[in-house]
Amino acid sequence: MATETAGTAERATGTAGRLQPEDRVALLRHMLLMRAIEERAMNLYRQGKVPGSFYDGFGQEAVSVGAAYAMAAQDRLCILHRDLGAHLVRGVEPARILAQYMGRADGITRGRDGNVHFGDHTKGCVGMVSMLPDMMLVATGMAMAFRLRDEARCAITWFGDGSTSRGDFHEAMNWAAVQQLPVIFVLENNQYAYSTPLSQQFLVDPIERAATYGFPGVRVDGNDVEAMFDATWEARERAISGGGPTLLEAVTMRMHGHAAHDDMKYVPKEQVEEWRRKDPIDRQSVRVAELGVDVDALRDEVRAQVDAAAEEAMRSPMPDPATATDGLFHEGEDIVLGDGDAPYSGFRSA
Amino acid sequence: MPTMTYLQAISDGLRTEMRRDERVLVMGEDIGTFGGAFKVTDGFIDEFGSRRVMDTPLAESGIVGTAVGAAVVGLRPVCEMQFADFVSCGFDQLVNVAGKMYYRQGLPVNITVRLPSGGGFSGGPFHSQNPEAWFMHAPGLKVVAPSTPADAKGLLIGAVRDPNPVIFLEHKHLYRRVRGDVPDGADATPFTARVARTGNDLVVIAYGAMVHTALEATEDLDGASVQVLDLRSLVPLDEEAILAAVRECSKVVVLDEANGTCAAGAQVAALIAEKGFEDLDGPVVRVASPDVPIPFSPPLEQAVLPNVDRVREACRDLLAY
Repeated sequence: MATETAGTAERATGTAGRLQPEDRVALLRHMLLMRAIEERAMNLYRQGKVPGSFYDGFGQEAVSVGAAYAMAAQDRLCILHRDLGAHLVRGVEPARILAQYMGRADGITRGRDGNVHFGDHTKGCVGMVSMLPDMMLVATGMAMAFRLRDEARCAITWFGDGSTSRGDFHEAMNWAAVQQLPVIFVLENNQYAYSTPLSQQFLVDPIERAATYGFPGVRVDGNDVEAMFDATWEARERAISGGGPTLLEAVTMRMHGHAAHDDMKYVPKEQVEEWRRKDPIDRQSVRVAELGVDVDALRDEVRAQVDAAAEEAMRSPMPDPATATDGLFHEGEDIVLGDGDAPYSGFRSA
Repeated sequence: MPTMTYLQAISDGLRTEMRRDERVLVMGEDIGTFGGAFKVTDGFIDEFGSRRVMDTPLAESGIVGTAVGAAVVGLRPVCEMQFADFVSCGFDQLVNVAGKMYYRQGLPVNITVRLPSGGGFSGGPFHSQNPEAWFMHAPGLKVVAPSTPADAKGLLIGAVRDPNPVIFLEHKHLYRRVRGDVPDGADATPFTARVARTGNDLVVIAYGAMVHTALEATEDLDGASVQVLDLRSLVPLDEEAILAAVRECSKVVVLDEANGTCAAGAQVAALIAEKGFEDLDGPVVRVASPDVPIPFSPPLEQAVLPNVDRVREACRDLLAY
């Protein structure tokens, strides 16, 4: 179910025929891969192989996978910590992700940052920082450059419900609106900012604010990967045709604690149970099974892929302590973000 | 070689880079149609258009944050903070996003942030600050501070070309007070120190506007031969040049306009204590602003900012040590 607040009334859900069977399977595969990698990483954390803490996006897989799947190779992404699926859609290898979690030399940041604090710049992605939602402004700046150069490209970023309380949210919303920039803001409303519920975060639902800044806000079922794709696709179409930014509110639920140490006692059990019945992977599995695809076989395939990735990651050495002070400044030419994978079939036929 | 004010030289440096590199754009509050609060970008919008001379919303975090985004997709933004003081509102984007990006992700952020800084004209607590030490303490940012028109142009060109984030401190009190020869062309000044005056009895180490204070204070100091070392770059700090001056003079006054605690000069003094101790023939003497906000009323402001008399007195005491 999607609702626009800036003028347009309720729209139909579903994929409007954009997704081919292969896309619907790919969406499920990316979500399965995200969950399998994060479950493996949690095990590695419990074995003491992941330093620090561990943050996952269990139950929120549809938000990142569905939105990232709508982005073209030349688009650019600033990805949040519960959005591993976006990295996978862009083509980042699972072994490098697991090495990243373990602080290994072959992780994307070579041990210099942890968790999902990474972005493979060769695939058009910039990693997040912990100050939220700083990356909204970075994505806005990418969109600003696209517009200055008259390029039909789009930037996208994800952030949480708690982020809407900070000033950078306002600065980015306002800036993107004033300059009519091709940027998509995905508000990942997972009900809690660490332990703080929505009722203590804001009085006006942020989706209502989009219209007051002057652009559409669209509420999406964040546990429906095809609805996420669809809403993002439409936001992207609007962006690259000069229609300006869109705020997508992906309504979902953080099914695990803020991080591995958090037992989430502050969340009523019934709330978790209710959302468990809306699991995005279960929902897409039903659709894919209806296409005649053997979902169990797909799961086995993904599990084997993650087994192999974990073995490869374990073989990666720890970084050399002698390199800790290397690479503070770059010498040489500027480096710009490269194009990432864009597996959506619509980009191939376009 | 044309003669220019410090302000004209900054404009010239910007214009030079914008003409030769279409990736360069300037962005900030009131810099387009109005030409900037200090008129550094006066006329730019007519030559380069409103896309490359961008009037932005009043949002310093937005200015720095969007500049980072534009940089990583191929532009070279030069941001103007209307006053250096306002960079506190963009601090997080500079320190956490821009400064750490290359170390974490191998992605350099080519932005330049111009900070009209410094006091001396009753700007008060929010229009007089020298915030360079905040950024010296944050890894991943380069920090430069020219004292002459030639270096204002050359260091700015160097900052724009440097693939890393560079904080460019331009002292407001020098804008129209200092004139000098400025080379034609588009040569960058290296991020190293410069001997502003040779001498071997004592060295005053300074940067920015304080270089001029040091030169004036020691021009005729009872016949003493006083060297003035202009740091020009605070990150990277030219350790070799500092230690060479210590070896040559053995007596050192370190001069900051900024509040003294943990200032650039404190780092210089610490460096000398660690690596130049054997060459010293007296204590390292520091002259800086006391740790109070810069007050508004002229007698109060003059009581706080280092001036020619204070520097002269410090040098005399040290020479007599």
